[in-house]
Amino acid sequence: MDLLRFATAGSVDDGKSTLIGRLLYDSKSIFEDQLDAVEAASKARGTEYTDLALLTDGLRAEREQGITIDVAYRYFATPKRKFIIADTPGHQQYTRNMVTGASTADLAIILVDARKGMTEQSRRHATLSSLLRVPHIVLAVNKMDLVGWSEERFNEIYAEFTEFAAKLDVPDLTAIPMSALLGDNVVDRSVNMPWYGGGSLMHHLEHVHIASDRNLQDVRFPVQYVIRPMRNELHDYRGFAGQVASGIIKVGDEVMALPSGMTSRVAAIDGPGGPLEAAQPPMSVTLRLEDEIDVSRGDVICRVGNHPEPTQDVDATICWMDSDALTVGRKLGILHTTRMARAMVKDIAYELDVNTLHREKDVTELGLNAIGRVKLRVTTPLLLDDYADNRTTGSFILIDEATNRTVGAGVVREH
Amino acid sequence: MTATSFSQLDALEAEAIHIVREVVAQMERPALLFSGGKDSIVLLHIALKAFAPARLPMPLMHVDTGHNFPEVIDYRDRVVEQYDLNLVVGSVPDAIERGFVREEPNGSRNRIQTPVLLDTIEKNKFDACMGGARRDEEKARAKERVFSFRDDFGQWDPRNQRPELWSLYNGRVHQGESIRVFPLSNWTELDIWDYINSRGIEVPSIYMAHERDVFHRDGMWMAANEFCQPREGEMIERRTVRYRTVGDATLTAAVLSDADTVDKIIAETAATRLTERGATRGDDRVSEAAMEDRKKEGYF
Repeated sequence: MDLLRFATAGSVDDGKSTLIGRLLYDSKSIFEDQLDAVEAASKARGTEYTDLALLTDGLRAEREQGITIDVAYRYFATPKRKFIIADTPGHQQYTRNMVTGASTADLAIILVDARKGMTEQSRRHATLSSLLRVPHIVLAVNKMDLVGWSEERFNEIYAEFTEFAAKLDVPDLTAIPMSALLGDNVVDRSVNMPWYGGGSLMHHLEHVHIASDRNLQDVRFPVQYVIRPMRNELHDYRGFAGQVASGIIKVGDEVMALPSGMTSRVAAIDGPGGPLEAAQPPMSVTLRLEDEIDVSRGDVICRVGNHPEPTQDVDATICWMDSDALTVGRKLGILHTTRMARAMVKDIAYELDVNTLHREKDVTELGLNAIGRVKLRVTTPLLLDDYADNRTTGSFILIDEATNRTVGAGVVREH
Repeated sequence: MTATSFSQLDALEAEAIHIVREVVAQMERPALLFSGGKDSIVLLHIALKAFAPARLPMPLMHVDTGHNFPEVIDYRDRVVEQYDLNLVVGSVPDAIERGFVREEPNGSRNRIQTPVLLDTIEKNKFDACMGGARRDEEKARAKERVFSFRDDFGQWDPRNQRPELWSLYNGRVHQGESIRVFPLSNWTELDIWDYINSRGIEVPSIYMAHERDVFHRDGMWMAANEFCQPREGEMIERRTVRYRTVGDATLTAAVLSDADTVDKIIAETAATRLTERGATRGDDRVSEAAMEDRKKEGYF
């Protein structure tokens, strides 16, 4: 059984809570005491129906205001897969939460109300999912019962979406007409839409092929920690601990450590269950090398003929997450894989309007939830890849050095 | 090795090892919160693997309410000896004795363990405490970060959390502030048992079905022992029970069960219709936001 992480974005109106509630309920992941608590709370609030949003809105402020503020993580499993849902609010002021949910997602569900068609919100979800390179997108056209199960309406919305998505990079798109409220095409195939030839959402979630989404070509092993047991019988043990970001590392491979550029061979790979012949993402392992070369936290082990070029100039698309705006000249902490450095903002090239994809070039700052292209100069060379090739070595976060808050997220762009 | 032979348990293990290593690499003085409960046992197992063959580069910390199940304390002490670990105990009875906290009228030490936890963190200058809490346990926890920032009063501010993206964890703190870290955030109760089973990890015997004197209170089966006696109208019965969670012995209830092996526990966990905290924890029954409120004060 493998693991699929998916993100949903939207507001209560789109039926997102109903959809998640149904996925959890039909996979028997809602427990009786949880349901009792939600029913009691719904009654106490005078709601006529059982409000499944109360199940996911875990914070007092969320229940009081009836809105989702923060990312909530939900878990369910079927006999085929385990699922982690990052359930994120859909409004513009929560763009940062959506970006957070999308950053680790294998798949994103973009919910569209069949009556309304594409909205500003659905365009934003599509743009952010594309920017964060979520490998699989599901366009869930919900509330089909309210448009008479119309194939024509579904096709209209699909065309509207693909026209917008043509400007984005969407590698795999699946459109599913559904009614989350009535359960059509959520877990079971709908009998009301015989014209739809595809499977239900659950069928898609269970079968979408994610194994090849991992980059198995470019070996990148950011070193987290050097293990030295300091015991007599293990006097010479030096292990480089980390999680494989990409590529397949095998015992005997010739490797290079960056930034030093020194080379050696992999003598052994120690995994959590014992020695391994090979390691691939997302395994956490410890590498031992044949030669004693200088490697420490923040360095990257890669293959001799395939490695990133160290650079102090970073060109990236940033999602700004703090009320204190990003301005040219500002200095920030930057965390890239396992390396912490300092960065200075050299230039803001443009701000992206996530609804229209218009690039506004005449900007001097990026405010809370703004997305824009910036140039940074970093104190220490970073070992960057293009985010399109590598979601781990192509991403970083920015940290305010006074408050220590995480204030920005960046994806590296070469073009 | 192909991509498909890497199971979801392997993926969760790899993620947890990565997080544990980040804690040790980024923080000055981390500690591992260890209660002898199943989640902290799995966390310790993972932390040992993360640094093998070196020793665990941090001490264990146990907030001891004094209301213990003897099987669990025995287990704790055996593990400490077996892996040659350092154990720091924050003792609630000692804190009561020196007047640092006052026993509550109802005898529950759930609330007063928070100041003892914070005091132990402060005295030992720990800047990070790792715990085995999971997001599926409780709805406030579902919203908490893996690296969860605490101010210099140990408080959690749910509306002001650091965004957490990819596998990049921001552990930067000022002096006096700290981070609580939850490497098992994405695990479910069933994952914990599957992992215990597949890795052959020993757990305290009270997790397995056994006979015990219990009585029924507020819909829960409480053990009759030195800390907890039936009130009028509550009858002691001999029942076959096991524990799904292990906490303060005055608050933690048993469940009726014949599951005396890990396999049977897994089958029962997969079929249960009640959450583990809903079925067994008196401390969460106070209000809809009981956990959120305790966490804001600095609880685990």
